[in-house]
Amino acid sequence: MHIPDGFIDVQTSAIFAGLAAAGVAASLKGARSQLDEKSAPLAGLTAVFIFAVQMLNFPVVAGTSGHLIGAALAAVLVGPWAATLALTVVLIMQAFLFADGGLTALGLSTFNMSIIAVWVGYAVFLLVKKILPRGKPSIVIAAAIGALLSVPAAALGFTLQYAMGATGTFSVSTVLSAMVGIHVLIGIGEAVITGLTVSAVLASRSDLVYGWKDNKTELEIRRG
Amino acid sequence: MDGKITKQSWRFVVDKNKKFLAAGFLVSLFLAGVVSFYASSHPDGLEKVAEDIGFIETAKDHTYADGALADYGVKGIENERASVGVAGVIGVIGTAIVGGALFTFIARKPKKSLNK
Repeated sequence: MHIPDGFIDVQTSAIFAGLAAAGVAASLKGARSQLDEKSAPLAGLTAVFIFAVQMLNFPVVAGTSGHLIGAALAAVLVGPWAATLALTVVLIMQAFLFADGGLTALGLSTFNMSIIAVWVGYAVFLLVKKILPRGKPSIVIAAAIGALLSVPAAALGFTLQYAMGATGTFSVSTVLSAMVGIHVLIGIGEAVITGLTVSAVLASRSDLVYGWKDNKTELEIRRG
Repeated sequence: MDGKITKQSWRFVVDKNKKFLAAGFLVSLFLAGVVSFYASSHPDGLEKVAEDIGFIETAKDHTYADGALADYGVKGIENERASVGVAGVIGVIGTAIVGGALFTFIARKPKKSLNK
């Protein structure tokens, strides 16, 4: 969902660049109080892994592909603040090195994928986790459902931007239904990849998973 | 068992983390360097919607459309498999450097530092 330059006018792009910058600034502050020596390298690895998996476009329906955003995945692994930063690093690398996603559109894409998708994915994760019984399978399911919904949420972000400042003249409702429809399907792929990755990390190093941490504390055996 | 973190147990934790980080990095290198060749080249969701509805015409060329790594290919490498693979490896290493530097910098706790 990397937006090229030209789709959205300059004014709207500037507004969202400002919003994205504010969100990234808040995330720098949030991540600062949350990250420590142990979790910081994991946040870096999360950015690396998301960059790699975003290269892997999978087929969705005839003539269309999708790829992982990784927003919900990152939020569950390293927390929402660090997730926003990890996604933003990936988007910056892609725009400046690989000509993927326009430079003036970077604020638009950052807002949709680094902020909306992260917080919707994380909020849904927390909600589903609360409903389900405690345990690792619930974390995996909650992460997958968060991932599933984070993708159409980002698509709604684009539709909002289109409504505010499209350079094209096509109706917003047409764009809305097309964007949400295809991104629900892409969200299924997002859910599968997120679920598999979270369950793999939970199986090998559950102590590193941010979204599992409060469970772990309660299960801790006090010694001595 | 007094629950204290001994030098030895701390070292064990660090080694375990290093192993995990190394494994994650290698998996990422493999995905971006090898698997990426098999990725679908169809337009993504947004691109497809823009094509179908018609506003794809409003897209401008990317500022760096002629860049050395544009569209995940290395300029000058003719072999497609090698081109996307090397681009992926460069992206993984670049993201590791930028992301690693950013998060290491953020995680530094000035209050805990010794030089007051």
